[in-house]
Amino acid sequence: MAVQKLPLAKALNESLRKALETDPKVLIMGEDVGKLGGVFRVTDGLQKDFGEDRVIDSPLAESGIVGTAIGLALRGYRPVVEIQFDGFVFPAYDQIVTQLAKMHARALGKVKMPVVIRIPYGGGIGAVEHHSESPEALFAHVAGLKVVSPSNSSDAYWMLQQAIQSDDPVIFFEPKRRYWDKGEVDTEAIPGELHKARVAREGSDLTLAAYGPMVKVCLEAAAAAEEEGKSIEVLDLRSMSPIDFDSIQRSVEKTRHLVVVHEAPVFYGSGAEIAARITERCFYHLEAPVLRVGGYHAPYPPARLEEEYLPGLDRVLDAVDRSLAY
Amino acid sequence: MTVESTAARKTTRRSSGAKRTTSAAGAKKAPAAQGAEPELVQLLTPEGERVQHPDYDIDLSAEELRGLYRDMVLTRRFDAEATSLQRQGELGLWASLLGQEAAQIGSGRALRDDDYVFPTYREHGVAWVRGVDPTNLLGMFRGVNHGGWDPNSNNFHLYTIVIGSQTLHATGYAMGIAKDGADSAVIAYFGDGASSQGDVNEAFTFSAVYNAPVVFFCQNNQWAISEPTEKQTRVPLYQRARGFGFPGVRVDGNDVLACLAVTRSALERARRGEGPTLVEAFTYRMGAHTTSDDPTKYRRDEEREAWEAKDPILRLKAYLEREGHADEAFFEALEAESEALGKRVREGVRTMPDPDDMAIFENVYADGHALVDEERAQFAAYQASFADGEVK
Ligand SMILES: Cc1ncc(C[n+]2csc(CCOP(=O)(O)OP(=O)(O)O)c2C)c(N)n1
Repeated sequence: MAVQKLPLAKALNESLRKALETDPKVLIMGEDVGKLGGVFRVTDGLQKDFGEDRVIDSPLAESGIVGTAIGLALRGYRPVVEIQFDGFVFPAYDQIVTQLAKMHARALGKVKMPVVIRIPYGGGIGAVEHHSESPEALFAHVAGLKVVSPSNSSDAYWMLQQAIQSDDPVIFFEPKRRYWDKGEVDTEAIPGELHKARVAREGSDLTLAAYGPMVKVCLEAAAAAEEEGKSIEVLDLRSMSPIDFDSIQRSVEKTRHLVVVHEAPVFYGSGAEIAARITERCFYHLEAPVLRVGGYHAPYPPARLEEEYLPGLDRVLDAVDRSLAY
Repeated sequence: MTVESTAARKTTRRSSGAKRTTSAAGAKKAPAAQGAEPELVQLLTPEGERVQHPDYDIDLSAEELRGLYRDMVLTRRFDAEATSLQRQGELGLWASLLGQEAAQIGSGRALRDDDYVFPTYREHGVAWVRGVDPTNLLGMFRGVNHGGWDPNSNNFHLYTIVIGSQTLHATGYAMGIAKDGADSAVIAYFGDGASSQGDVNEAFTFSAVYNAPVVFFCQNNQWAISEPTEKQTRVPLYQRARGFGFPGVRVDGNDVLACLAVTRSALERARRGEGPTLVEAFTYRMGAHTTSDDPTKYRRDEEREAWEAKDPILRLKAYLEREGHADEAFFEALEAESEALGKRVREGVRTMPDPDDMAIFENVYADGHALVDEERAQFAAYQASFADGEVK
C-alpha cells in the first residue's frame, strides 16, 4: 500500500527503514536506539532487522556520537545519529559547530559530510528541564549546516530520506509533541524539495509563517479566524536553513501582512531573520510591520507554566488582530 | 557475591553486549587472592553476616546501625510514595532509587555537615541524610520548579539532569576548598553511563592535576536506560581511576556498611590533601530507569530476581536481628514512622501550589535585564486582557 495513515514517529521509523534498505552505507547511532528502539521508539525494530552493525547503541556521550559520525562520514558512511533530547545536544555542540559544519569548506570541497543529526525538540509534553527546548536558531546561525523540521507525517517520511541523501550535514529537528499525530504518507509520491516552503492553507488577508510544532497551532488559528471573517494563509517553512524567502515573499505580496510563529525565544530567533529579509523584499507591499510570536527571553519554564510560555491559539490570534489593525 | 570479572567480560562478543546474560546473572567467582587486584569490598554478606576486610573496617554502635536501617527504610518508603504519586498523575516523572539505598545512605552518612554534595537526579537517599525536606525534591518532578531548594542551606546542590555535568562543578568546588585551605571535602554522584561523558573524564583530569579534595561516587546500577555497562566500558569502572592518577575502589553497593566505610576512607584521604578517589558502588536499579521507561524491552526478570536476593535493606535487617541490635518495638515504631512519612509526602505534593505565571520572568538575571522587563510587562498586560474579558 502506497498510502498509509501513520503517526509522525512511525513515519520517521519507516523512513529510516527505507534508508537502511536502500543504501548499505547508512548507519544509525545513538543512545538507546537499538534494543529499546529509542526513547520515542523512532528506531523501533530496526536493530532487530538490520543488526547491531547498522543500528548502533552508542556510549552515553554526545560529543563522541557526533565526533565519530564525522569520522565515519570521512570513511564513506552516511551516519544518522540521534540526540535523545534537545537539551542534550550541547555536549556535541562543539563537534557540530567547529568540526562538522566546516569540514567541507576546509577540505576545499574534497570531502563531504553526509551526517544527519536527529533531535526531538520543543515543549508541550510536560517534561522536566532540558527536555523541551527549541535551539534551532543556534544551528541555523552556523554556516555549513542545514536545518529542517517536518510538521506532519508525510514530511517526516520524505524529508528524513532527503536529509540522509544530502551530502551536507543536516540538523533534523523532530517536533516531539507531534510524534503521536497521525497523517497520510504516500510512499510512492514524488516529494517536494527539502528546503521549499509549503502552503498549508490558502488565504488572502494575512500570512502566518511557522514550522514544526507550530504549524498545527497556526492552522487552528486560521480556522478560528475564518469564523471572524478573516482569510489567513499558513506557510509551513519546513526548512530554517536555508529559508525559502521566495515563497514567503509571494505570500506576503498577496496578503500584505506577516506574522512569524515559533516556540523558540523571539530574541535573536528565526523570526528576526525572516522579519528583516521580508521587510527588505516587501517594504512597499507590507501594510504592517512583520510581527513575531514565540518564547520569552527566559529559561524554558517548569511544566506547569509551559502553557503560558508556548504560543497558543490566543497569542497567535492576538498578533493577527494587531497586524490587521495597522 | 557477584563480581563481574575482567575475564568474564572478555568472553562477550566484540561487536555487542548481547552476551551480557553471562556476566550479569550472578556467576560465582572465587575471591581474589590477597594482594591481587582489589575486589568488591564487602562487610555484610547478602545473608546479613558480618565479614571483615583488612582495609575497610568500621565499628558501629547498635544505635548507629539502627540509624542506617531507619534511613534506608524511610528513603525506600519516600521513593515508593513518589512512584505511586506519579502513577496518580501528581508528578510528571519520577526517577526511582529502588535498590540503591545502601549506596546512597552509606556514602551520605560518611559525610560531614561542611562537605558538599553534587547529586544527579536520583540521589533521594543522599538528600534525606543531608536533611533536605523530601517534598522539596518533588517540585521539579511535578513541574512547578527546576530545583526547589537552596543548595547552600544543606550543602546539597540541585539535581543535575544533563549527564555528568555536575562532576566538573564538584571538582571546581573542591579546588576552591583547597585554595581556601579548608579541610572539607566534596562528593560527586553519577552513574555508570555517565562515565562515558567527556565532562566526567575532564573532571577526573582536573581533580587529579589539582589534587582536588573530591570523591567521585559512581553508582554502577548496571544500566543506562536500556544500555548495559558493557556499552560504556570494557574494563571495570573503578580501574579507570588509575589511568588518571588516583585510586579507584569497587564496593558492594548493596552493603551499607561497606559503602559507609569506603566513602569515609576516601573522604579522609581527600581531607588529608591526597586528592581524589573514585568509588564504584556495584549495585542494581531494581525498578525502571524512570516512570517513562519500560525495562521489559531490554532486560530479563531473572536478572532482577538475582539482585533481589541481595536487597540492601533485608540484609541489614537480618544482621540487626541476628545480633539482637533491634527488637520488635523498633521495627514497629519504624513502620509507623514510615506510614507517617508517606502521608506527609502525599499531602505535601497534593497541596503544592502551582507557580505564579509571572515566575517565568523571575530570576532570569541577578542584575536585571531590559528585555526581560519589557517582556514581563507585555505578558502581564496580555494576561490582564483575559481577566477583563472574563469580568464582562
Ligand atoms: C547529556 C545527556 N544525554 C542524555 C541524557 C538522557 N539520559 C537521562 S538518564 C540517562 C542514562 C543515565 O545512565 P547512568 O549514567 O548510568 O545513570 P542512572 O540513571 O542509571 O543512575 C540518559 C541517557 C541526559 N540526561 N543527558
